[in-house]
Amino acid sequence: MSTLEIKDLQVSVDTEDGAKEILKGVTLTIKSGETHAIMGPNGSGKSTTAYSIAGHPKYDITGGEVLLDGENVLEMSVDERARAGLFLAMQYPVEVPGVSMANFLRTAKTALDGEAPKLRTWVKDVNGALDRMNLDPAFSQRSVNEGFSGGEKKRAEIAQLDVLDPKFAILDEIDSGLDIDALKVVSDGINDYVAREAKGLLLITHYTRILRYVKPDVVHVFVDGRIAESGGPELAEELEATGYERFIPAKA
Amino acid sequence: MTAEVVEQALEKVESHLHPEGSFDVDAHEVPTGREEIWRFTPLKRLRGLHQDVEFTGALKATRQTEPGLTVETVPTADVRGVSGFVPTDRIAARALSAVAESTLVTVPVEADLAEPFIVTLTGTSADPVAEHVVIRAGRHSRATVVLRYEGTATLADNVEIVVEDGAQLTVVSVDDWADDAVRAGHRHINVGRDAQFKHVDITFGGDVVRNDTTAEYAGPGGSVEMLGLYFADEGQHIEHRLFVDHTAPKTKSHVVYKGALQGQGAHTVWIGNVLIRKEAEGIETYEENRNLVLSDGCQADSVPNLEIETGEIEGAGHASATARFDDEQLFYLRSRGISEKEAQRLVVHGFFNDLIRQVGVPELEESLAATVEAELAKNVAGVL
Ligand SMILES: Nc1ncnc2c1ncn2[C@@H]1O[C@H](COP(=O)(O)OP(=O)(O)OP(=O)(O)O)[C@@H](O)[C@H]1O
Ligand SMILES: [Mg+2]
Repeated sequence: MSTLEIKDLQVSVDTEDGAKEILKGVTLTIKSGETHAIMGPNGSGKSTTAYSIAGHPKYDITGGEVLLDGENVLEMSVDERARAGLFLAMQYPVEVPGVSMANFLRTAKTALDGEAPKLRTWVKDVNGALDRMNLDPAFSQRSVNEGFSGGEKKRAEIAQLDVLDPKFAILDEIDSGLDIDALKVVSDGINDYVAREAKGLLLITHYTRILRYVKPDVVHVFVDGRIAESGGPELAEELEATGYERFIPAKA
Repeated sequence: MTAEVVEQALEKVESHLHPEGSFDVDAHEVPTGREEIWRFTPLKRLRGLHQDVEFTGALKATRQTEPGLTVETVPTADVRGVSGFVPTDRIAARALSAVAESTLVTVPVEADLAEPFIVTLTGTSADPVAEHVVIRAGRHSRATVVLRYEGTATLADNVEIVVEDGAQLTVVSVDDWADDAVRAGHRHINVGRDAQFKHVDITFGGDVVRNDTTAEYAGPGGSVEMLGLYFADEGQHIEHRLFVDHTAPKTKSHVVYKGALQGQGAHTVWIGNVLIRKEAEGIETYEENRNLVLSDGCQADSVPNLEIETGEIEGAGHASATARFDDEQLFYLRSRGISEKEAQRLVVHGFFNDLIRQVGVPELEESLAATVEAELAKNVAGVL
């Protein structure tokens, strides 16, 4: 049983005109076994939240806390956070030329477990994870994300989630750029993960589409760097019907 | 390349790519370091190779394999310049005039040698050595020749390569010297009609390694591929000067050199000259140099230069980039639990691996990957 607590998180980025405040105090708590969805319009700070939790150097944390089972995540390096059990599937997965998926996954798994995975089962595990994402086993010999289509990149992120098996997964717009078949495949992968013992999920999305397949326990609506409202799955249904308008403050 | 760019290139005035060569040492003045071709080279560290130092040493040659080709010692006077090579600098001229005998490697006409011919050349002292090697790949033959250099040496050498019509020759040069070695080498390749030449040029060791690699075509349809990989660490100077002279129509050249630099005073130089002569219609050329700078205090000079004397070409392009680690790549790898050092190691490994995969000689790819691993283990893991 684990808990990921985000308390009053404030984040800014460096811009040419000085620091720009993006997150203005985000608070939410996810327990293992729970699925939370973050929804919000473009530019509301969804990715910023995800990257800040993962420790991307571009974001300055100016206030608040992130705790994983009481441990201060913000004091950990990027890789320490991953080893503590966090996983971020990125909106735009990065290409790493010349490094094969197989080598990458093996190196990551070894780092996470503190020992190399058993050779006998490992290849089977990786191929199984690729296969469940409808990715040919040949993908393990290709360079990380290089030349993958948008949808293949997203499916490869879920294959990684499957193999690396973190405590908490943050998925940033995993649904964007997926056609309906790929969306189902990816949703199945996410549901398989959620069904495992003691896993927590933070699903960031712009659209309600994926929430038909991956059922959230809690839905948070993000507007302008804050959670404007939190509720149950019915909140997603309302957004589906009426959009974000109600949550966006009328311009003065 | 757009028509407009070609136009502009055509208007360029005098080229510096037609130097008068000479076998006569005295025709080449002692360089001062201000000359275009010497301005990057630390002359003081050449141990007099560019001046008048006497050649008194020797390299030990050990053949690792004996595929079906001949190796003989022949009078230099009989073979010098067979590739069309005429020294254009003092070191090359001195090295050629200092030797009476040359090593001639001949791949018989139409021979198809599956096994690479591997020779290790080992230096055992800093006494200056001059060498002349000629490799001749007979008509329609196919072969791979690996020249591995190691140990301590002060070497000035010329390697002439003749790839006869329709032959396919791969030459792999590995400069895996001890830290104190100095080498100023020249390789000149003459590519026959429809012949294919591939050079895999690996440079790891040595204090100063300066290699000129020049190619010309004896007939139409020939192609040259040059793949280079170098790793300069603290205080090391690695310089590659390439010149592909498109002297015949329908010829191709494809040049990719990649290097990593790390440590105070690590210096690499890459000069990529390509000349497309008036008669060289319908040619294709591409040259690329990428450097990965792994620490402060390094310098990577990269100068691509394309001169075009005809507008009738199929394609011409070049790229040059020097970069530090890509933060997004490192972040991505680290977000999966991989430590910073390990992530850097992976990125460098990947940077070179991309090139190694193009080598096309499986047994070599493996040993190269292993050598890169060893170099990385020595450098990146230790210092980063
Ligand atoms: N370097 C930067 N300079 C200026 N503004 C930035 C910078 N980085 C991010 N921002 C701004 O921060 C805000 C939040 O960005 P973020 O990527 O978190 O939004 P998002 O909710 O994920 O949007 P989307 O739905 O488009 O993915 C945006 O307005 C964005 O323009
Ligand atoms: Mg986003």
